[in-house]
Amino acid sequence: MRYAYYPGCSLHSTARDYNLSTLAVCKQLGIELVEIPDWNCCGATSAHALNRDLSIALPLRNLAIAETMGLDVIAPCAACFNRMKSSNVAVNENPELLARMSDLIGMPYSGKVKVLPLLAVINEIGTETIREHVKRLLENLKVAPYYGCLLVRPPETTEFDDPEDPQSLDNLITALGAEVVKWPYKTECCGAGLSISKTEVVLKLTHDILSMAKRAGANCLATACPLCQSNLDLRQSDVEKAYGEKYGLPAFYFTQLMGIAFGLPGTSLGLDKLMVSPEQVLTTGVRG
Amino acid sequence: MRLTGEKKFCDEITALSGQPVISCYQCGECTAGCPVAFTADIMPNQVTRMVQVGLEEPVLRSRMIWLCVGCETCTTRCPRGIELAKVMDALRETAVARKIKPSEPSISTFHKTFLDSVERMGRVHEITMLAEYKLRSGNLFSDLLLGARMFLKGKLALIPEFLKGRSDIKKIFNKTFGK
Repeated sequence: MRYAYYPGCSLHSTARDYNLSTLAVCKQLGIELVEIPDWNCCGATSAHALNRDLSIALPLRNLAIAETMGLDVIAPCAACFNRMKSSNVAVNENPELLARMSDLIGMPYSGKVKVLPLLAVINEIGTETIREHVKRLLENLKVAPYYGCLLVRPPETTEFDDPEDPQSLDNLITALGAEVVKWPYKTECCGAGLSISKTEVVLKLTHDILSMAKRAGANCLATACPLCQSNLDLRQSDVEKAYGEKYGLPAFYFTQLMGIAFGLPGTSLGLDKLMVSPEQVLTTGVRG
Repeated sequence: MRLTGEKKFCDEITALSGQPVISCYQCGECTAGCPVAFTADIMPNQVTRMVQVGLEEPVLRSRMIWLCVGCETCTTRCPRGIELAKVMDALRETAVARKIKPSEPSISTFHKTFLDSVERMGRVHEITMLAEYKLRSGNLFSDLLLGARMFLKGKLALIPEFLKGRSDIKKIFNKTFGK
């Protein structure tokens, strides 16, 4: 399996651990990732907040480059995935827009490249194959699967899993030998891009998520988005201060959990980059 | 309050968002699921009503349109198939085009700073972007400790990545923002 790889800005900086663990587990599973040469930022929330044409054109340039590679695109970042897929859907619904946008980016594009979140590709491989790669069971890990918003919403755009009660991450975690915690906040919003500009909103929303995970009996979270992960992990001590509640919940990228179960070394998965130390849950929660 | 020109404004937002705002029947599902409603001045369902009846000024001056994070919960649950997140985008774009002072200046400043970083380099470089945001917003001392911890964890790239295709990106910005 060969895909064009779109890491996006986060995976080259704040989410380096997501990049490392993605590359490591894909290698194990025989998924070849070829980084899109000279890729640009997808525009994230800021482009669609201010200018519709810009929010379509920026992702389209990456898709046009991917088309010359003859490959479909994997975007591990849920926000990048959503922006690229939205852009693709918009031009496929409207041939006039496609022509105008191709002109705008100065590159031809057919609209035919597929954009997939990494979790969809893992899902496609199937839990049987995943289980064959597992060398260490994550037995005492009680994981709250946290999908966030943009991976599954809106369903007509993402065409991935269920928008209210998604299962792909749950199934993967079970295949790794860990316990999935049943909780109602799988797809609640963490406040995403307001982290810097309106921090108190993010603190409130992440407090709701973290305390619900704790009450449901989780001892860690699995995330699939760099923004979600940084709000839950980087901001966790701020939330604890603001709300006077101690969570101590490591927020793993799901690829890190896969890597641990596959027996890969922690440094190759960027485990040392987590702010909330995973040491305790891993020493008590991993067998073999 | 006198309602004037309602059809014109509703038509304008309908065209820009591509969404049939007029078909909203005020069930309130969008507001019930909105993660930022608790801190907003007007509720998402009030946004569509105000667009329908042509209350241009109050909706364009609202804090709600800037607080919306685009989480798509309203879009997903709307029984009338209105993608409300796209309506919010269209309202922000209209407010900016009409030079209406944003009621949440820190949020609009963040978006502008973020996009300026993309325009210059083709990608976002967190350190320079955040420094610039701090200068522009006057919010100099927030998150310094967090930034230091991120730096120690190697989570902040020191050197910006410049694209070869920077001129392509510049052209996209010039054509879309009409600079």
